[in-house]
Amino acid sequence: MKRFFDSELDAFRSHLIQMGEKSIEQVRGAVRALVDADVELARKVRAGDDELDRLEVLIDEEGVRYMSLRNPIATDLRLVVVGMKAGSDLERVGDEANNIAKRAIRLAAEPPLKEYIDIPRMAEIAQEMLRDALDCFLQHDNDKALAVIRRDEEVDALNKQIYRELAGFMVENPATISRALELMFIAKSIERIADHATNIAEEMVYLAKGEDIRHNDELKKGPKAE
Amino acid sequence: MSTAQPLPAAPAVSPKAAPAPATPPIVEIEKLDFFYGDKQALFDVTLGIPEKQVTAFIGPSGCGKTTLLRCLNRMNDLVDVARIGGGEIRIDGINIYDPRVDVIELRKRVGMVFQKSNPFPKSIYENIAYGLRLHGIKHKDKLDEIVEKSLRGAALWDEVKDRLHDSGMGLSGGQQQRLCIARAIAVEPDVILMDEPCSALDPIATAKVEELIHELKTRYTIVIVTHNMQQAARVSDQTAFFYLGKLIEFAGTQKIFMNPSNPQTESYVSGHFG
Repeated sequence: MKRFFDSELDAFRSHLIQMGEKSIEQVRGAVRALVDADVELARKVRAGDDELDRLEVLIDEEGVRYMSLRNPIATDLRLVVVGMKAGSDLERVGDEANNIAKRAIRLAAEPPLKEYIDIPRMAEIAQEMLRDALDCFLQHDNDKALAVIRRDEEVDALNKQIYRELAGFMVENPATISRALELMFIAKSIERIADHATNIAEEMVYLAKGEDIRHNDELKKGPKAE
Repeated sequence: MSTAQPLPAAPAVSPKAAPAPATPPIVEIEKLDFFYGDKQALFDVTLGIPEKQVTAFIGPSGCGKTTLLRCLNRMNDLVDVARIGGGEIRIDGINIYDPRVDVIELRKRVGMVFQKSNPFPKSIYENIAYGLRLHGIKHKDKLDEIVEKSLRGAALWDEVKDRLHDSGMGLSGGQQQRLCIARAIAVEPDVILMDEPCSALDPIATAKVEELIHELKTRYTIVIVTHNMQQAARVSDQTAFFYLGKLIEFAGTQKIFMNPSNPQTESYVSGHFG
């Protein structure tokens, strides 16, 4: 039976999806701005962060209001709790995109240290993870959520690889240090974005199953890991 | 939902997500004192009930909420020892306790639905047509039309259209309560008073009545007394909290349940009372 206040949950859900779309767009824009040395795009990304902040506040307001007035139970309750936590993760994704854009502006003023290959690749994976985590939100798909969680290791490995490579640059030529450091921080930001996607995926498992899988390495790494 | 700035591309927020806009009151209760014999039941109550919204009265037993509800269509006239000690109640600007007021006419404008459904021991059709005939509507086509419209308005038509001449007493509790709502709206009242309308119903019948209340408020002003705080939170736009005959706090429902101003309200709605 459709309830007259179901439209409120629909609005809550669609605000979270909207926030997810926007945060992916922010990450994509920030990394593109870095690769293309596009200062204008980087500034646009930085300005776009306000929308994520507003959506986070809106989602929290809607969530608290729904819990206060609608007495949600079971899946409805988990949806509201998970939505508020995911909103907070997506806001942090936006902050990381903002950081990347800020560093992209600085890097654009200098000659490129190298051709960017691994950073865009890493960012691509992080965006896919975010996208899949949000799909799980719509589909309550537990397996897909677990797959997102397992992909986090790919991103971590790329981050380490980038670190080693950039450290090599710094050792060879101290003139590269400031640029290499900016890139290390950018890689770190992307690694954090993947962590937030992982958090969201964990939250989606809780939404679908009511099971809390945080801090459970065995479950997260899956049967094939070793 | 109050955000600092409007969202650029936000999808439509449900209307219920916004606090109810303040519409002018249709019922104005001013400095009302009410007594049963020597015992004062209401103390200096001042309250404006906005038009075409749902206003909930909440509070522990004996707080005066039902007494106040019954003052609004002079049901308390039927209690010998009951009397107004001071103040007045105006509906559309008219003092309803003015001796010139026709009480029958008042109760037509201010309908009531009770805790226990009380269909007449007559057919479903007659439950609605009876009151209409008393109000001078005799023509069968007209009666048929209003009976159908009222049953549709009470979300009962589809369930009873094939057995309109069966007894109203044969309906389930939830259907009987909706029949009583249909009977109340048949005379096109301005205000509908509901005294614990769901307390005898199961959760599904309750949800149907709540859904109905939500629909009815586009056409009628509704005042509901309920012990069920979740119900008040779900269905009402405004909530008034009473304690020991006094109005403690009256505000938008969102305010009362999320951030009440008065500590007594807070402890009641959060279940810490007493």
